[in-house]
Amino acid sequence: MKKLFAKCYIWLLLAMLYAPLLFIAVFSFTESRVLGSWTGFSTKLYQNLFTGNVSGGAALISAVENTLLIALIAAAFSTLLGTVAAIGIFNLKGRAKRTMQFLNNIPMINPDIITGVSLFLLFVFLKFSQGYVTVVLAHITFCTPYVVLSVMPKLSQMNPNIYEAALDLGATPGQALWKVLVPELRPGMISGFMMAFTMSLDDFAVTFFTRGTIGLDTLSTYIYADARKGGLTPELRPLMTLIFLLVLVLLIIINLRSSRTKNVIE
Amino acid sequence: MTKDYIIDIQHLSKSFGDVKVLDDINFYVRRGEFITLLGPSGCGKTTLLRQIAGFIAPDEGRILLEGKDISGIPPHKRPLNTVFQRYALFPHLDVFDNVAFGLKLHKIPAKEIEQRVKKMLKMVSMTDYEDRSVDSLSGGQQQRVAIARALVNYPKVLLLDEPLAALDLKMRKDMQLELKEIHRKMGITFIYVTHDQEEALTLSDTIVVMNEGRIQQIGTPTDIYNEPVNSFVADFIGESTILNGTMICDRKVEFMGHEFECVDEGFGENVPVDVVVRPEDVVISSDVEGSQFSGVVESCIFKGVHYEMFVDTDKGYELMVQDYDSFEPGSKVGLSINPDDIQVMRKERTCNTIEATVEDQEHVSMLGCTWECSVPAEFKSGDEVLAEVAFDKVDLLDNQEDGKLGGEVHFLLYKGDHYHLTILTDDGDHLWVDTDDIWDKGDLVGIDILPSDIKIKRKNG
Repeated sequence: MKKLFAKCYIWLLLAMLYAPLLFIAVFSFTESRVLGSWTGFSTKLYQNLFTGNVSGGAALISAVENTLLIALIAAAFSTLLGTVAAIGIFNLKGRAKRTMQFLNNIPMINPDIITGVSLFLLFVFLKFSQGYVTVVLAHITFCTPYVVLSVMPKLSQMNPNIYEAALDLGATPGQALWKVLVPELRPGMISGFMMAFTMSLDDFAVTFFTRGTIGLDTLSTYIYADARKGGLTPELRPLMTLIFLLVLVLLIIINLRSSRTKNVIE
Repeated sequence: MTKDYIIDIQHLSKSFGDVKVLDDINFYVRRGEFITLLGPSGCGKTTLLRQIAGFIAPDEGRILLEGKDISGIPPHKRPLNTVFQRYALFPHLDVFDNVAFGLKLHKIPAKEIEQRVKKMLKMVSMTDYEDRSVDSLSGGQQQRVAIARALVNYPKVLLLDEPLAALDLKMRKDMQLELKEIHRKMGITFIYVTHDQEEALTLSDTIVVMNEGRIQQIGTPTDIYNEPVNSFVADFIGESTILNGTMICDRKVEFMGHEFECVDEGFGENVPVDVVVRPEDVVISSDVEGSQFSGVVESCIFKGVHYEMFVDTDKGYELMVQDYDSFEPGSKVGLSINPDDIQVMRKERTCNTIEATVEDQEHVSMLGCTWECSVPAEFKSGDEVLAEVAFDKVDLLDNQEDGKLGGEVHFLLYKGDHYHLTILTDDGDHLWVDTDDIWDKGDLVGIDILPSDIKIKRKNG
């Protein structure tokens, strides 16, 4: 009886968490303009999405392109910066190391809205014209700590002597970094990259404050504007379902990778 | 003549923060030699090796390789290779690519790389493992690959940092023999770091004994074992009993309450010395009359090849004896020591000599606090003087707070009837103390000295 109760509880909890997503996914297979009314099964919305036959279609397609491109660039740069930062922090000693790790964690728990507003104020103060570049810079800023966090454990697992061993065998510091350190850290860097990619993908607040007035839209700002115009464009339903699936796949890969490295260590 | 020295270390010093890790190190290594840096952990031997490899820059001094100063050359340009304690193989490369790593960097043709790697893997008996991932190898196999990876570059000197420390005893013994064989075949100079004195005695042509950042003794294994220069070396290498003695005159020394003939000369007359007696050099028999002195067996333990016995001698000293025959505890035995088995060493110090400053006629300041004592009239306030305190006049107290200052038992030596302790005070000064009480290394103690036991002397120069 007790067991049954516990099982019901966890399923109820999961149902509440996933109901909205399921709702969108189910209603992506019907043509109705109004969310919530079922007018029969159809894949029309998916067809519209892929043929570009959407009201305001060009804007939506460019928003999707922007989102993916910004996420790719931001993830690539933050992977580079985060890895270098992680190596630097790892080689610090004692108090300095703890302080840097603490400082690295703050941006992650800091509410997005505050990060967004403060970056906005910074760009205004520096007289940066806001647009594509500022959005990318902002995304790099909040993605980098996640990369640091995923590379750090790889560094602590690594035999501290292998960098020296490479130097000892005649590698220049650059060669030692490239031929020995990077291959060792690669799993952490890839996890970090994917984490950064998903963080950038679903960001709204920071993008909203740093995109300026040139009309740059990512998916999240597009949907926000679209919803305010009155009613979501129906084609957003299949789009959101697809993005959810993409993020889900990424998350599964990240989790599989980390559990596999754990097994190797054990 | 210096041309034959492949490595020549001159006045090398290194500090980490306030701690002096290496203090004026000088020694040379002959071409083709197997030399071992031996000492307890924290003695600076690994720091020294890492300076030769180039991972740490010395504060002072020079490292000459074939007569050329290499102190300023980065590690990747030094023609030396290192075998690390925890192997440090590259996990993302297989065995072949690990060994080939250095050769590929030096742009050696692929065909030659293959030949050399195969030859080297054969040398360390790892021929069939080329394609294996290094994670799938045992500790001993990983270390063989690490040795091959270093030697395949034909380094001028191979540096080994406790390479066998992580292996179990049996494997360690096998690898010792193999290392010795590889050294003989390759003819490359080996500099080997270990804290295991048995390993050092087995492998080395020359041993450099280190303690607290200083070289204690350099010599062949037999020299170091038979003729230790001080009580640290005697105690660290092998089993020994170290006793206080007096050199009566040439070839005659007194210890344990008896006079013995010995082979040492030139100490002077009635000079206090340290005497080392190896337990296997004491001749034990049931013939009490025909022996030099007698004793009663206190305990007897079988050690595989021999028996190890502790004997209470007739004058109240405790002596360790090893013999193939066993004697029952409680039985009376006769004991003798041959003249050439008695090793006499000059004492490093006969009392504590501490730098002090006179405060007034009743007080001096030393060791970081003020002490009451009677200061001779010739000294006045502010004079720099030396305070002498006999070893047995320093009182050690269980409670750190009860003493005038606190300290830690740093090193202890049993001298047959009492302990000789080295105390490291909280301010980092050394004090030497003779005591009958039993302390352990690392014990925290309070230190006190009676005013009448502090003797003030003039500072020379």
